[in-house]
Amino acid sequence: MARWGMVIDLDKCTACGACMAACREENNIPASGPELAGDGRSIFWMDMLTITEGEYPNIKKRMLPRPCFQCENPPCTKVCPVGATYKNEDGLVAQIYARCIGCRYCVNGCPYNAKYFNWYPPRFRDEEKRYLNPDVSVRPKGVVEKCSFCAHRLVRVREKAAAENREIADGDFTTACQDTCPAKAIAFGDLDNPYSEVSRLAHSVRAFTLLEDLGTRPKVFYLTEGEKHGRFKI
Amino acid sequence: MDDSKYNELDEELLLRPILKTGKWFYISCAILFSIAMFAVWVWYHQWSTGLGVTGMNRPVFWGIYITNFVFFIGISHAGTLISAILRLCQAEWRRAITRAAEVITVLVLFFGVFNIIVDLGRPDRALNVLKHGQFRSPLLWDVTSISIYLTASSTYLLLPLIPDIALLRERKTRLRWLYRLLSFGWTGTDKQKHRLEKAISVMAILVIPIAISVHTVVSWVFGMTVQPMWHSTIFGPYFVVGAIYSGMAALLVAMALIRKLYHLERYIKEIHFNNLGKLLLVFTLLWFYFTFTEYLTTFYGSEPTHMTVFYSKLTGHFAPEFWVMVLCCFLIPLAVLVRKKTRTAAGCVVASIAITIGMWLERFTIVVPTLVNPRLPYPRGIYHPTWVEWSITAGCFAFFILLYMAFTKIFPIVSIWEIKEGRESSVSETADRVKTYLPT
Repeated sequence: MARWGMVIDLDKCTACGACMAACREENNIPASGPELAGDGRSIFWMDMLTITEGEYPNIKKRMLPRPCFQCENPPCTKVCPVGATYKNEDGLVAQIYARCIGCRYCVNGCPYNAKYFNWYPPRFRDEEKRYLNPDVSVRPKGVVEKCSFCAHRLVRVREKAAAENREIADGDFTTACQDTCPAKAIAFGDLDNPYSEVSRLAHSVRAFTLLEDLGTRPKVFYLTEGEKHGRFKI
Repeated sequence: MDDSKYNELDEELLLRPILKTGKWFYISCAILFSIAMFAVWVWYHQWSTGLGVTGMNRPVFWGIYITNFVFFIGISHAGTLISAILRLCQAEWRRAITRAAEVITVLVLFFGVFNIIVDLGRPDRALNVLKHGQFRSPLLWDVTSISIYLTASSTYLLLPLIPDIALLRERKTRLRWLYRLLSFGWTGTDKQKHRLEKAISVMAILVIPIAISVHTVVSWVFGMTVQPMWHSTIFGPYFVVGAIYSGMAALLVAMALIRKLYHLERYIKEIHFNNLGKLLLVFTLLWFYFTFTEYLTTFYGSEPTHMTVFYSKLTGHFAPEFWVMVLCCFLIPLAVLVRKKTRTAAGCVVASIAITIGMWLERFTIVVPTLVNPRLPYPRGIYHPTWVEWSITAGCFAFFILLYMAFTKIFPIVSIWEIKEGRESSVSETADRVKTYLPT
């Protein structure tokens, strides 16, 4: 059984934000606009964390793309009263939009704030409506959502592999953020496959996860070199 | 007048609120009803537009609805717990006040539950907690515990009402069908009395652990997460103490109002306020003890993520709320209740109103500051409740008071048969009991 994970190489990442845009297109996330954004109601399955170091004018900004970390030990699934968020058979933290009661307990349980709530019904502009991804359901108002590791793609990958009578190979299953990254900073695949790129990188000395001491065991690893390795003033 | 004998006057005085209703009662009912109906309309507006009409946002996903939920469930500890403990301790002065307390419990529980439903993004799916319930979620512990509590405390309210309902049944009043139904064929035989007393004492014992479990699991909604200043082991007892504290304050305000408006000074006396005032003082100190312990532990450990929340309460954005809370929950009640001279009905009311405000703020400063300060370097949150949230909150208070007022017009708010029993036998019974304490 594959253990899907992601590695984001911060030494390659240019913080261009293409991953965020691709994610929005892929997963039918409506663009929020200035009003909603100002109220703190924007939804980003892939967000960009900005870490400011130093005092003005000697400021250094560090940027971290932040998907859902798909924890091995997710604090969010435990607290859901209706099982609308759960770890599915692929080890991914999934959401059942049709069951969610919108209590937002999982959102508050996530120490990474990776979950989002639909404060209003989704509002797509007309041109957006024409390009909605048919594989991803549009979420109604009042439910929680978050990065799914593009789980809808896994369905197709699995069907294709079954039709060709073979196992899923490394590189079959990719995420939208990974596909679009111009710097190729994002690797994705099976962490348990010792030959996969993602597992090789996840075992590198440059690898670390965020808030490791909480014991959530994220399946998204960051890579960085040098004195900043694993150290973020958070 | 001979106090040791039950007299007809008791019945007249205690039934008067039911038999006679003044103009001001209807006027205040109308005002409260309009506030409540406005809140219903506001809720409809929120339901149809989405929770975006509230001040909540990312990362402040819980606001004053959850504050109200914890607050109202806390108030519900007034009644049943105080009344059950006083009954079990055979505190004779309880007789005039137990019912006023029990009614608070039952009524306010509905508003606790209502606030959770208002807070849901999908209230239409609320029943999913039964259909798809996941018992490892603390929210489901709440559902279980509160349902049991509501059942137990309603039973505990109803049982001691039966003889009084039977009394009303014999009168030529309106609602006789209701009294006939709810008196369960009570005729006051010795066998019935014996059974009733047995049932009341069983319920009084049962209701105590249930009440404690309720606010413990409410606290665990926060305590079970790993979030800074929520993840605390003392949250269970801290919340229970706060719950009883705010509940008693609500009871004292209710007692003072009933006494004043229904002219029941002969039943709810200064001694009741003095005694409850002492108990309230104990809880003032307990509240301070728990709060001090909680904040000192955080401060001494000084983990950065915890300290961010800590300072946002003590010196930061939430400092006004925090220090008003300390003033209202500790300094004012302490100053008023510690001196016998000020531990009067009026003094107790001042302290109680302060405590009620302070405890609401305590719930607020527990729920919100943690959420405003996420661990990762996101922008800090802001939270300003909107008119929608305030209207629904006001509606809850108005509707609660309205229901309470309605109760006093349908059932005697001071237990008539218990007063009667007290007059007839409590002096000799207590004397006999005291005799058994004496060294032989």
